[in-house]
Amino acid sequence: MRAFGYEIDELVVDHVLLAVVPVLLGLVIALPLGWWAHRSRGARRVLVPLSGALYTIPSLALIVFIPVLLATPILSPLNVLVTLTIYAVALLVRSVAEALDSVSDTVTTAAVAVGYRPTGLLLGVQLPLAVPVLTAGVRVASVTTFSMVTVGALVGVQSLGTLMTDGFQQDYTAMVVTGIVGSIALAFVFDALWLGLGRSLTPWSRARAGV
Amino acid sequence: MLGRLLDWFTAPAQWSSGTGIPTRVLEHLGYTLLAVVIAAVIALPLGALIGHTRRGGLAVVGVANGLRAVPEIGVLVLFVLLLGLGLLPPTLALVLLAVPPMLAGAYSGVAGADAGAVDAARGMGMREHQILLQVEVPAAVPLVLGGVRFATLQVVATATIAAYVGLGGLGRYIIDGFSVRDYPQVLGGALVVAVLSIVVELVLQGLGRLVTPGPGRVRITSPFAPADPPTSRPVPS
Repeated sequence: MRAFGYEIDELVVDHVLLAVVPVLLGLVIALPLGWWAHRSRGARRVLVPLSGALYTIPSLALIVFIPVLLATPILSPLNVLVTLTIYAVALLVRSVAEALDSVSDTVTTAAVAVGYRPTGLLLGVQLPLAVPVLTAGVRVASVTTFSMVTVGALVGVQSLGTLMTDGFQQDYTAMVVTGIVGSIALAFVFDALWLGLGRSLTPWSRARAGV
Repeated sequence: MLGRLLDWFTAPAQWSSGTGIPTRVLEHLGYTLLAVVIAAVIALPLGALIGHTRRGGLAVVGVANGLRAVPEIGVLVLFVLLLGLGLLPPTLALVLLAVPPMLAGAYSGVAGADAGAVDAARGMGMREHQILLQVEVPAAVPLVLGGVRFATLQVVATATIAAYVGLGGLGRYIIDGFSVRDYPQVLGGALVVAVLSIVVELVLQGLGRLVTPGPGRVRITSPFAPADPPTSRPVPS
């Protein structure tokens, strides 16, 4: 689909990749860190404020720093990808820790009593029961990331944000609005997907609600 | 690159001229303060009122969460295209972004005030405005401050981006440096704005501790924090 001199489909695909990959990578990295923060008070005291501080840094500032740290080209989409992954990790470490906290001690004690070893306990009992709280955290991270992708347009990385910056340069309001609406719509579509995934992973919560 | 970055920081003009670092920092703080104060004047009383009457609370939280999906750069660009250049359009955009988190903080703080305390106050014959001001608002302080903190950080970050639509402040270094491929300037600007954000966050945290009653200090969290255990944040029924 072509509009405003752009292949909109390409912008959408770029936008989705730049948002979904960091959330997935962020989750993979945050799971062990969050588990560590859940287990150890000392680790939590370091990890939670550290991720808070990382999240405090404005995205535009972090994006331009990545090329120095990783020696990537200054216009590379990798810079945006890495920046957004860092934010996703910062948001998700606390989510994972609190999701694991939310599993009742009675359940974990019972699981240990019937012979679960630490790995089985984590994968078979704690993580599944942590899914509802974890899903809430992932949804926040996902929606935030979809919006932040657009900042990449300021450093020449294509996404629907490109419609906003180029629309500004061309004084073309319809183009800007298309970018905004498209970006919000994508965020909501993927929010619904995460919600659905969370629900399908916890069939018991639906059974309890009588649905 | 490190040497050139150091040169950028130590150039005499950087510390004396009208576009030097101190000027840019003050500009940045000025835009932030302006937007946060305007947003607070709108959002905090409204949020407290909604929390007191418990009407429309879900909508407030829903809108505040939904607004996370709105791309800041889009809002800035749109406001400038519709209203023209100058200080006003970007400031309005910043206010728009700062209102929802503060509204949500004030709402959930007031609505989450201990129901027993509110009932007791009503039973003692306190009037509604007394209940709001003397019972619910003091109880709401931690969550209100959480909302203010979240909003302020968002404004500091968005004010950086606002350099793209002609605003001054620290984003100028990043945007201008980028357009002329002057990377020491880009990095210098990014470094200053990162430090400024963290300092602002620490100051607000300290302020929060100062005005929060009780020796144990209630933990302040963003009203959007996805997953607080229920014990630390009363959920309004």
